[in-house]
Amino acid sequence: MAVPFRIRPPGGAPLGDAAEFSDRAIPTRDLGSEQRETEMKSYLLKRLLSVIPVLFIVSTMVFLILHLTPGDPAIVILGDEATQEQVDDLREQMGLDRPLYEQYVYWIGNALRGDLGESFFMNETVTESIVSHLGPTISLGILAELIALVLAIPLGILAARRKGTATDQGVMAFSLLGMSVPNFLLSLFLILLFSVTLRWLPVAGYQPLSAGLWEHLKFLILPAFALGTAHAALIARMTRSSMLEVLNANYIKTARAKGVKERWVIYKHALRNAFLPILTVAGQSFLSLMGGTAIVETIFSIPGIGQLIVNGVMRRDYAVVQGAVLYVTFAFVFINLAVDLLYGVVNPQVRLGKKK
Amino acid sequence: MTASSNNIDLQAVKTTLKKEQRQIFTRQILANQSLMVGFVLIVLLMLVALFGPLVVPHDPNEMDVLSRLQGPTAEHWLGTDNLGRDLLSRIIYGARISMSVGLSVAIISSLLGLIVGVYASYYKWLDHLLMRLSDGIMAFPGLLLALALMAALGGRISNVVIAVSIVATPYIARVVRSEALALQEQTFVEATRALGASNTRIIWQHIAPNTLSSLIVQATFIFAEAIIIEAALSFLGAGVPPPAPSWGNILSDGKTYIFQAWWMTAFPGITIILAIIGLNLFGDGLRDLLDPHSNQGKK
Repeated sequence: MAVPFRIRPPGGAPLGDAAEFSDRAIPTRDLGSEQRETEMKSYLLKRLLSVIPVLFIVSTMVFLILHLTPGDPAIVILGDEATQEQVDDLREQMGLDRPLYEQYVYWIGNALRGDLGESFFMNETVTESIVSHLGPTISLGILAELIALVLAIPLGILAARRKGTATDQGVMAFSLLGMSVPNFLLSLFLILLFSVTLRWLPVAGYQPLSAGLWEHLKFLILPAFALGTAHAALIARMTRSSMLEVLNANYIKTARAKGVKERWVIYKHALRNAFLPILTVAGQSFLSLMGGTAIVETIFSIPGIGQLIVNGVMRRDYAVVQGAVLYVTFAFVFINLAVDLLYGVVNPQVRLGKKK
Repeated sequence: MTASSNNIDLQAVKTTLKKEQRQIFTRQILANQSLMVGFVLIVLLMLVALFGPLVVPHDPNEMDVLSRLQGPTAEHWLGTDNLGRDLLSRIIYGARISMSVGLSVAIISSLLGLIVGVYASYYKWLDHLLMRLSDGIMAFPGLLLALALMAALGGRISNVVIAVSIVATPYIARVVRSEALALQEQTFVEATRALGASNTRIIWQHIAPNTLSSLIVQATFIFAEAIIIEAALSFLGAGVPPPAPSWGNILSDGKTYIFQAWWMTAFPGITIILAIIGLNLFGDGLRDLLDPHSNQGKK
């Protein structure tokens, strides 16, 4: 399987290159069907088990981040003017007066039961904050993914069909640009163009879906574009290389020789076979797309999880930062797992092996 | 006698071959468009970062309230900001901050990643430990981890470098490790071991140097990513504290005045994009040159 040469999430850290994918690659060597099946099962099991240490390390890191604070977190939160009594109270409330391992056991125990502590500034628990901020982020993510797919797949097919021409180079240049423009810059440029100059769309804000579909979408179009473009650049590249690979195959030549219409060849014969790697990349990089929500939500004042975290950082609301970062990362790990398992299930090579 | 003349001939052949190889290499470099374009862009930005501050007409923090929010003029080529500070000077000083953060992160995470990568590849028990740890770090969305670390460490330029290096190191370590694992299968490593070389010697004399080309390619992308994360952190107010003229800080001011002053957003934005494109092109070119076997996703 061709692998994207580089996945660089907008605003996030770059993913490792091929190594990351090859670690999860599914064995496709030509094995007997039984053997293939057991290998598949052991792959699924291994993949499932591999989540446990990751979750453990992630939660430990999130817990320890608070304790990286130079000095006393209680003083940092309350400011220098706080009396010793106030500081002591808060330390007790945060459990900082107890030994580290005890704090950890207490925190992780509560987290497992869904209790992530209480926000220091908002009068609610962290879990409540996360739930109330979840909707906008999900809407934004879905819209961004849709925009990316709608932009990228036709462009990738076009580039593959006209390989080596100016069209191809144009698409590839767009792709390079799309991957090079960080999403927060793109957000600002989109605001400059569509909100400040053309005045077509609002600068920032959010309306829930209950306020009407257009009211809802109006506020999400620009941020979704800002998030989706880098993603589109990646998928377009993948579509192009995957289509090129398929278009050289013998069955395409046969179809053409039979006189099948070119449109039919592309959509029926080629795209179907090129689709799996495209979907894999789309699924895996969906997460990196979501990683960019922190900054884009802040720019567009969308009350999602990203904004919750950024505000938490600004206010030094440690419980919120810890809880929300933990939640998001856990969600990432599980979505990733689901994508991987699903890939194993839909992989035709594996499926055929089972039929035999 | 014939033996010695043979030796001399061999020597001569060797030097010519080496010379030819070098020529081919030079030609490859010159023919590599993305490498050259990227290189020129980066060198330009580096020069600006190094020498720009010596020639700029204004102090980046010098306020001139009377000429605040002015568009590009002869006096202020790129306009002024909300406090009347010269935008060109601020962007040039900002190049210094961004470039040094990017370079520091690239160097620190390369060193750490190299150590982690080669040792992980060499000792099985360490491998499990270190790779699970890096899986953990890579599970976080990069910007979020950097943000959380900044929340704990506090906004300072050195803390930005620390936070981003922590985020970036596993991405280097992964590349080094997979390269090092492949190298260990090779005969020359086996031969060295058979000769009785110590583990340290095998690791640092034979394996580590051979992972460098992949490492450098990856470090270029980390450099670009570090610039983006620094700008994003500063933009959010969690990076380099204002009034330091970091690119992210300039953009953050620009966002507030986006209706009055497009130049406060456009010019620093374009500068960042140029830097990122330069580094990405350079990295792509470098990969084609040094690491032709890697999967490039193009056919």
